[in-house]
Amino acid sequence: MNAVAKTNRSLKGFARSDGRKGIRNVVAVAYLVECAHHVSRLIVQKSGADDVHLIGFPGCYPNKYSLEMMQRLCTHPNVGAVLLVSLGCEGFNREQLRRTIAASGRPVDLLVIQQSGGTTRTLNAGLEIVRKMRAELAKQVTVPMALDELIVGTVCGGSDGTSGITANPAVGRCFDWLIEAGAACIFEETGELIGCERIMASRAVTPELGKEIEACVDKAANYYRIMGYGSFAPGNAEGGLTTLEEKSMGAYSKSGSSPISGLIKPGDVPPRGGLYLLDVVPDGEPRFGFPNISDNAEIVELIACGSHLILFTTGRGSVVGSAISPVIKVCANPDTYDRMADDMDVNAGRILRGAELDDVGREILSLVESVASGELSKSEALGHQEFILTYKQFEPIGPACLPAA
Amino acid sequence: METGKLPPLLLLHPDDNILVARRDIVAGEPVEIDGERFTMPVAIELGHKLARRALAADTRVLKYGAPIGSMKLAVARGEHVHLHNLRSDYLPSTSRDMDKKTDGH
Repeated sequence: MNAVAKTNRSLKGFARSDGRKGIRNVVAVAYLVECAHHVSRLIVQKSGADDVHLIGFPGCYPNKYSLEMMQRLCTHPNVGAVLLVSLGCEGFNREQLRRTIAASGRPVDLLVIQQSGGTTRTLNAGLEIVRKMRAELAKQVTVPMALDELIVGTVCGGSDGTSGITANPAVGRCFDWLIEAGAACIFEETGELIGCERIMASRAVTPELGKEIEACVDKAANYYRIMGYGSFAPGNAEGGLTTLEEKSMGAYSKSGSSPISGLIKPGDVPPRGGLYLLDVVPDGEPRFGFPNISDNAEIVELIACGSHLILFTTGRGSVVGSAISPVIKVCANPDTYDRMADDMDVNAGRILRGAELDDVGREILSLVESVASGELSKSEALGHQEFILTYKQFEPIGPACLPAA
Repeated sequence: METGKLPPLLLLHPDDNILVARRDIVAGEPVEIDGERFTMPVAIELGHKLARRALAADTRVLKYGAPIGSMKLAVARGEHVHLHNLRSDYLPSTSRDMDKKTDGH
């Protein structure tokens, strides 16, 4: 494709033992229960380094999903080393998490606050560990990385009546070009695709996958019906969106026009390039609450699926970033852009003022390449490192979900 | 291109029976709908929808050429189409003052 051929830049990555490459080399400090959150946050703050990121899980009860997510996140290619912080009595399987990280070849350490002697002693020990880890990571050199080694996720937040006309289709163009260049691209939130299930199914690479896609949107509709709310916030309506299916049609255009190669669940890494739909709605009866309580919960799941960076489209104006993977903001609404330009990487709203969709798509593609080569996105430079992980329940994907896997 | 020179209403798909405001439009502003001059009866904000033609109650509303819900009430050409007259065919939408309808958040 011309858009990719024209740039054809080599990205820069950090080589990992599983063959993947990272576009960042982050030290993750992970609390394993809310009771260890403050000590972990102090370690991150007092380290004074932008590449030390806080992640964690607040619950004291064990949960298969959250363990799996933490294992994926701590061995994400953008992560170079991990410090685990436990209170001591929580249910999280910290030893399994530590073994998984160690088996990936990454430096890993574990501090147990009850054994270390409380807040101050754990903080001081943690700062020393992080300092050594950063010194170790600083020795690593980057290697050339190609677009076909890249995984890009997309999410929308604060959608309005402009999202489906400007930012979302522009991301869709960028996705089409990335996929032609061999990258894997992931779109998600089946609850925000209610109404698009038949069109989506017709794009699946096999009829069996199409059936799985329709079934997963049915599951989402049923789940949200029981919860009593669709994925539709008051701000969506204030921005001109009226119905869930209207929001869905706009959100759907982020997927572009490539065939859908697979249906994955949180933590499943796409096996090769192509377009993937991420099913974020839990299996079974609603048990732990809303599927994703806010945008960052979706971003964390995209990252657990290996996303190196996230394309975040917004109409009303979101400011969030994320721990681990950079977030690029594509602003759909030109008035919002004028108000919040410092937070926005791309002004897709200029399409409403006469700019071409393809030009905005190319601008997004070019930003993907530069951010994947080390340049900071706006939210990254502003220090946004939001992170949410909650309880969920999933069954593994069925055999029809990844054809030719 | 200057915003002022672009038509203020967008037709996203030829089958659509609504139009989308490309910018804020004030009441009384002259616009064109399908080549005919029309005076806006109400103000309409960027990203909001208006009826391309008169729509009867229960009419399927099409945007991007796809159904986005059904009319609760009949509207005249040019009227604002939103929560007060359009309903989802899937799940009800939420607004801040509707919160009481569920379990009291």
